[in-house]
Amino acid sequence: MNVLLPIAIPLTGALVVALAGRGESGGARRVSAMFAFATFAVTVYLAFAWNAEGGECIRWVISSAQGLGVLSLAVDGLSLPLVVLTGFLGLIAVLTSWEVHEHAAAHHALLLCLEAAVMTVFLADNVILFYVAWEAVLIPMFFLISVWGHENRRAAAFKFFIYTFAGSALMLVGIITLLVSSPLGSLAGGVTAISADKQTLVFWLLAAGLLVKVPVVPLHTWLPDAHVEAPTAGSIMLAGVLLKMGGYGLLRIALPVAPDAFAAAGPVLAVLGGIGIVYGAILALGQRDLKRLVAYSSVAHMGFMLLAMSTGTRLGIGAAMLIMVSHGVVSGLLFFLVGAIYDRTHTREISRFGGLISQIPVWGGVFVFGALASLGLPGLSGFPGELLSVLEGFGRFGWWIAPIGVGVILGAAYNLYAVRAVAHGEPSAEWQGISDLGVRERLIAASFVVCIVGLGLWPGTVLSVTDAASRVLSMALGGGQ
Amino acid sequence: MSILVQQPWIAVLVPATLAFVIALGGRRAVPLTRWLALVGPLTVLATGVAGLAGAGSDPAIVSVSWLAQGARSIAVGASVDALAAVMLTVVGVVSAMVVLFSVGYMAEDPAQARYFALVSVFSAAMTGLVISTTLVGLFAAWELVGACSYLLIGFWYRKPAAANAAMKAFIVTRIGDVGFLLGIALLWANAGTADIATVNTAVGTLPVAVATLAALMLFAGAAGKSAQFPLHIWLPEAMEGPTPVSALIHAATMVAAGVFLVARMWPVFAASEIALQVMLWVGLITALGAAMAAIAQRDIKRVLAYSTISQLGFMFVALGAGQWQIAIFHLVTHAAFKALLFLGSGSVIHSAGTQDLHEMGGLGRVMPVTMVTWVLGAGALAGIPPLAGFFSKDGIIHAAWVASPVAGAVLVLASLMTAFYITRATLLAFAGDFRGQGHPHESPWTMTLPLMVLAAGAVGLGFAGGSLAELLGGHGALEPVVAIVSALVALTGVAVGWSFYRRGPSADTVLETRLGAVYPTAANAFGVDALLTRLFVRPARSFAEKVYDAIDRRLIDGAVNGVGKLAVGAGRLAAGLQTGQIDLAAAMVGAGIVFLTALVIGWGGR
Repeated sequence: MNVLLPIAIPLTGALVVALAGRGESGGARRVSAMFAFATFAVTVYLAFAWNAEGGECIRWVISSAQGLGVLSLAVDGLSLPLVVLTGFLGLIAVLTSWEVHEHAAAHHALLLCLEAAVMTVFLADNVILFYVAWEAVLIPMFFLISVWGHENRRAAAFKFFIYTFAGSALMLVGIITLLVSSPLGSLAGGVTAISADKQTLVFWLLAAGLLVKVPVVPLHTWLPDAHVEAPTAGSIMLAGVLLKMGGYGLLRIALPVAPDAFAAAGPVLAVLGGIGIVYGAILALGQRDLKRLVAYSSVAHMGFMLLAMSTGTRLGIGAAMLIMVSHGVVSGLLFFLVGAIYDRTHTREISRFGGLISQIPVWGGVFVFGALASLGLPGLSGFPGELLSVLEGFGRFGWWIAPIGVGVILGAAYNLYAVRAVAHGEPSAEWQGISDLGVRERLIAASFVVCIVGLGLWPGTVLSVTDAASRVLSMALGGGQ
Repeated sequence: MSILVQQPWIAVLVPATLAFVIALGGRRAVPLTRWLALVGPLTVLATGVAGLAGAGSDPAIVSVSWLAQGARSIAVGASVDALAAVMLTVVGVVSAMVVLFSVGYMAEDPAQARYFALVSVFSAAMTGLVISTTLVGLFAAWELVGACSYLLIGFWYRKPAAANAAMKAFIVTRIGDVGFLLGIALLWANAGTADIATVNTAVGTLPVAVATLAALMLFAGAAGKSAQFPLHIWLPEAMEGPTPVSALIHAATMVAAGVFLVARMWPVFAASEIALQVMLWVGLITALGAAMAAIAQRDIKRVLAYSTISQLGFMFVALGAGQWQIAIFHLVTHAAFKALLFLGSGSVIHSAGTQDLHEMGGLGRVMPVTMVTWVLGAGALAGIPPLAGFFSKDGIIHAAWVASPVAGAVLVLASLMTAFYITRATLLAFAGDFRGQGHPHESPWTMTLPLMVLAAGAVGLGFAGGSLAELLGGHGALEPVVAIVSALVALTGVAVGWSFYRRGPSADTVLETRLGAVYPTAANAFGVDALLTRLFVRPARSFAEKVYDAIDRRLIDGAVNGVGKLAVGAGRLAAGLQTGQIDLAAAMVGAGIVFLTALVIGWGGR
């Protein structure tokens, strides 16, 4: 039953907000904040419950008696970190939408729907439910972008929808092929690999949909448009949790059903990851729009994730999870900050900013912090995962990974360039008198900072959770360390 | 005391915690909390002294697993061995003196709380770097001191020059750090561990090629941090930071971390003749080139910055010649006299209100303490016996001579220039009449006391060479021939400098006309910075913008949109089939499903 709550609470909340919250916006946001908080609390409780049961997978099945088992949910070491992350960012997303007054009830209801759908992706214990939830995520996200987004919101929303939908269509074919050859199994309960001759086909069909979501170059162009046009809450959810669905799907389904194909695809995934690291960093450096810069940094960070995963080692898989969680909070913080400055200035153009730290020191200080976190400073959450991806990547691929060094250097370059251009320097007269972060915003910023420092100092909080799962997965690949 | 050695992380935790207290106290509390910033360095110093006292017995190692999946794990650990104890003593003394000096120097700055908090964080990170027992812990601290350096160079971030310099420092050192990281990865892959002691033992069993590559990669990191050619270009600009920061981070401690790293990983370097040769020659180029550049600087801090680069070059020559103990000896003496010179320059700048040597002069009369201590520091740098630099530099010249007579000769030349440029700076600042504006005055005791303490080091540390060598396991005896030659060289440099600069700044013009085109080239540090900036820095952003516009937007996204348009067009065509007849539509859907399923099963079933 506990496993159902992270889905049921936001879904109920969405209904309540949609039905009762119309009229004035204050009611809707307060109700949805309550539900989002309850959801987060439940995910944290789930983490403790999972720990208390000794790290065994916790299940909830509704109709196994009828032999359907479609509504079976489970949480294990692979999904738990992402479930907690979703609970956290779901709450943050509601709090950042505090000043949304246009159709506030609908906005909040859609955010809660989105959270429920993403939760279902991470908690689904069978591949059909996984797929249904995967597609369901698109719908609230589509409306969030197309109604509450910025100037080019409609085009971006359509592009986001069609692009990822096209990817998922291929994934669906892969899933059908998979189901034709093996019965519907429990995802968390140890999936048996399909016969070797079908693995390559199934793997790449699944990967087609999953890799669009990650995203990998050159299937990434939906991302900057969607991120930039989405409202702040949408960007936070998109970068923070939606991108993780790709990496999660690879580990949850593609790897266990087709381990031989995954192992064979290792070099390809590593190359895709490496391209993402370098190319994403170059693009981030080439931006004139601050939000787009942050959006492209996601491509680079997810490149590290893919590189870590492609090693197939136990530490590599743990590192991939670590990078996903870390990127969730770091990109969440950066999108929050970009949203906060946009609310005040109604621009995202880098060249129009400058010296903001002198005018709004709290915002500026947190922005510098976020940039340092994004460039992978030790002590902050990005470092351990990216360090491991380089170490394990080198172990598997040797000097072939050396070119990502360019991405590491450019990672410093684009983040510090953003600091230099936006926060440092002489303050611009245009933004004299803008207000610094308010109490609610400081609370949001502080909670991000706590997460980023906490994860940076004690990455073991995530790695100890993923420990058992990474063992099973690396054993399936023939590693077993 | 010994608890500090048993639990070395206390020396990290104390300054780190105090940094929080200072930051949270903010502007109002800073007159009080800035004195707390002294506690961290004193803890570090106590740890260092306790470590020195207990050297000889096997030091305790405190270690925890930090990143682990199953049995495979990366640990971080801390231990105070002899080398760490020496470094901690240096870091503790210099940072305590710098904090004390800053109380006076930064008294008027509204952002003092941030300043003292960052300096405390730096003490913590530098301590972590020194006591780490694993490469990963060392690298993490290494990056953190870099971040402190970034935040302190850019302390006055409103000034574009400071903000740019901070960014440059971080990015240039990160180029070296990528090498360092790959070196760690190489050792991790081959030795299967990141534990320094284990790696150092295992390196003997590795192929020479692996050791060479690992050593070169680690050296890349060291060269970035320690400003060795061609990665030295960030250090002169780093002088945009507050002067006490230059003394602490960009002269005495952080920039010497590269030398420390090589000493720490010595077996890896000793296993590779090629790596030693590379270090030797890079060190030589740096030592000579930066000494020449120092001659032609007008900004007193830039003289000292190039001097630091040059002296670090000396240390790398010692490393390349296989004498890491002598490099550490010079690191120690240099920390004392260069921190002294930087703080002295801070005292001068504070008083004269300028950094331009041409606008100083005559300060010796009004600032006696500053002048006397400065002269002692300058003498130590020049290598005048019996000041500290004389002993450590002799060791290096001797080692270089043994390794290669050419290297020895180049170092003698660099020493001559060293004596010359520091004599020039001394005379221009303190001799003659005051050429600037305002009324210079001696600095308050918080600033002069650190000068006196460091001057004691600059005078006396040379005699510690023997016991240091004993501690680290090298040999410390002075070679009489080398000692006499280098003392003569130093005195010659001073004499030539005196004969030129006794007449004041006009001697610059004389020198300029005598040297011709060499002078402006040296002033520009041979255009290395300008060249690299033109080649890499300036094109970087426009290249990135072009990639974004041409490749990402036009090519990739264009293709995506093209496919989209194609689909819409095809849809329009297919719309002709939409006749509204349900049975036809149903039949087509059915046929489609059958076709797709057949395709998948047929293809997939192969």
